[in-house]
Amino acid sequence: MAVIAIFAPLFATHDIYTQDLSIRLQKPSMTHWLGTDELGRDVHSRLLFGARITLYIAGLTAIIAAPLGLLVGTTAGYVGGWVDTVLMRIVDVFLAFPSLILALAFVAALGPGIENAIIAIALAAWPPIARLARAETLTIRKSDYIAAVRLQRASSFRIIFGHVMPMCISSVVVRVTLNMASIILTAAGLGFLGLGAQPPSPEWGAMLSSAREFVLTNGIIAAIPGTAILTVSLAFNLLGDGLRDMLDPRHG
Amino acid sequence: MVEPLLQVDDLNISFHGGRGVTRAVRGISFAIGREKVGIVGESGSGKSQTGRAVLRLTPKGAEITAKTLAFDGIDLLAATEPQMRKIRGKRISMILQDPKFSLNPLMRVGQQIVEAYRVHTRAGKAEARDRAMAMLEAVNIRNPARVFELLPHEVSGGMGQRIMIAMMLILEPDLIIADEPTSALDVTVRRQVLTILDDLVSRRGAGLMFISHDLNLVAEFCDRVLVMYAGRILEDIPARELKHAQHPYTRALLDSLPRLDRPVEMLAVPLRDPAWLDGPTIRGSTS
Amino acid sequence: MTPSQTKDRILETVGLRVTFGTGLLSTVAVDDVSFMIARGEAFGLIGESGCGKSTILRTIAGLVRSYDGALLFANKELPHKRDKEFFRKVQMVFQDPYGSLHPRKMVESVLAEPLAIHGFDNPRKRIDAVLEAVGLGPAFRFRYPHELSGGQRQRVAIARALVIEPEVLLLDEPTSALDVSVQAEILNLLKSLRRERHVTYFMVSHDLAVITHLCDRIAVMTEGRIIEEMTAADVRAGRAREPYTRTLLEASAGYVPAS
Repeated sequence: MAVIAIFAPLFATHDIYTQDLSIRLQKPSMTHWLGTDELGRDVHSRLLFGARITLYIAGLTAIIAAPLGLLVGTTAGYVGGWVDTVLMRIVDVFLAFPSLILALAFVAALGPGIENAIIAIALAAWPPIARLARAETLTIRKSDYIAAVRLQRASSFRIIFGHVMPMCISSVVVRVTLNMASIILTAAGLGFLGLGAQPPSPEWGAMLSSAREFVLTNGIIAAIPGTAILTVSLAFNLLGDGLRDMLDPRHG
Repeated sequence: MVEPLLQVDDLNISFHGGRGVTRAVRGISFAIGREKVGIVGESGSGKSQTGRAVLRLTPKGAEITAKTLAFDGIDLLAATEPQMRKIRGKRISMILQDPKFSLNPLMRVGQQIVEAYRVHTRAGKAEARDRAMAMLEAVNIRNPARVFELLPHEVSGGMGQRIMIAMMLILEPDLIIADEPTSALDVTVRRQVLTILDDLVSRRGAGLMFISHDLNLVAEFCDRVLVMYAGRILEDIPARELKHAQHPYTRALLDSLPRLDRPVEMLAVPLRDPAWLDGPTIRGSTS
Repeated sequence: MTPSQTKDRILETVGLRVTFGTGLLSTVAVDDVSFMIARGEAFGLIGESGCGKSTILRTIAGLVRSYDGALLFANKELPHKRDKEFFRKVQMVFQDPYGSLHPRKMVESVLAEPLAIHGFDNPRKRIDAVLEAVGLGPAFRFRYPHELSGGQRQRVAIARALVIEPEVLLLDEPTSALDVSVQAEILNLLKSLRRERHVTYFMVSHDLAVITHLCDRIAVMTEGRIIEEMTAADVRAGRAREPYTRTLLEASAGYVPAS
């Protein structure tokens, strides 16, 4: 999928923005592989560019959420005491809201647009990672190799970054990959509500939304972005499962 | 010459894993009669798997083959699972290393002994309870009524192991397999537990397969010693002749342990001779 | 001349008391323990599981922060939160070779870290030297723990402790998790290293034969208290004063059939 997204311009056969109202809502044909949408734009090309956007959103979210969650979780778990309590209460506050609602709230505050959507989703995605990192850290903290490093008078900073985090990374990576599906769905959800990538950007959720009107007559316009979202979510889930099996120490 | 209860001839245990075949036990042969036989080896020698193979309790994926694996005339390899269930506990039983892991943590210990008894007999609750109490006394537990009601985490290691012994011996099996029964116990408690085991085994005329990594312990406790290394039996020798052991590995094991009565500056380190991997078994004189 | 008469005490505990838990659930792990170790000697602490010996070791190491009583190093009282100097002079080898090395770090990294923290020069040379000293070659620098056997891991753990040239080595049952034949190698290594480097050893174990092999003076501990101190010669000759010590000596001598 990444390949397709990167090379989208090569695969797309038509310019995605040109509107040609004369050929609107056509069924799939030889010139337009997946038909045209309500404004006469080629659905197939829009789908491919939409893949780019989806990956962009998903990737950036992961890059923001994962390190943030890792940092908060390991610090809370290792340092303990009031730092732990404070950080975990913050996490709890975030976790109290379903992620879509939370993202909605942030976007409402920040305004629509793809960058704000990314920030909003990332803010909703980091708390479970922090929880996970903290749980792992609590176990790791008790091991002899950490005791050995403490005996060398290593600073807490060095211990957390150099010793604890490397052990947490694999579970965090797996968790983030498994969460990708949810991130993509949230992004699509925001797009559906018009709060993510703005038109004429071919974001899948937005495509789904605009296809709403024509579902009864021309179902394929809605089905296509919907299927795309489904497939990609599934793909990430499978990837996450595979990664988890690979990285599980019992198999290593 | 003791009549063999257990006859093992050319036993092989292999595991088929992702990285090919691992041969844990490679063609070993021995016999155990109504005597105490110790199987000694380091980790990876195959001793635990041997004990489990007799009861067909090896992990899934283990392949057991042998020319003979017979107990009191019964072919253990050919036996069906229902037949094995009748044998396990009643005719051959097994004592494991750590009572913390081998006792059901949610059930009172007395009840566990009662259950062990009722699984194989048609005894009523009252009779089973009486017998369980009698066994607790037999393992030198001074207040059996009180201990009966305890949960496993409330008893000490030594007592837990004695309860295990009570549970495993209540049905008076003919053969007992003990896999490192005292390794998890403190040194002062070890003595007590071994004395009880010794007493019960000799009184009932049962056979004992004592698996351990502690050569000195086995030498003092058992009648005969089998030394295992890399899946093979290197030496089969009466315990009292261990001092005159002939196989270099046995000698090396004896010499490499620090001893209170024979202080040395540097301990002898066993050098591993690849020839041992496929060498013959040295059998000492049998009484 | 007994060590207590010389002023060269490197480590001393005075009335050490460690309690875990609070209120009704508190247990006293170490109860009013006082002993002293002279510079250059090998001191052993023997006791059965749960007697508090590991707790003493960890408290001295600075891993247990709350305790009563005083700990002295080179005749100066130690603060509860140790400073870097202390850790340069006192190091520890742990019991479980499978848990004491970071699974994701190469041997090189494990050994370089303490050198970096304490600002030693010439790390490459020092790492090579210490690996030679523990019987592994420089080739082991790029191995991961899962590529090493139990004995090799323990050697790396010893190397890690020795690379910053401490004066005292704390040993927490260093061979009890190893096979018998490997134990002999490690015990030999510890003995020769002590001779070469003039390090003081404080070793804790439940195995009397092992401790007597390695240590000059041995203290017997039970239920949080030290009940007797003896020399290795005393142990071998069976000269025990306390009844518990006698039981321990007898039990360690092996199993004697009842008949």
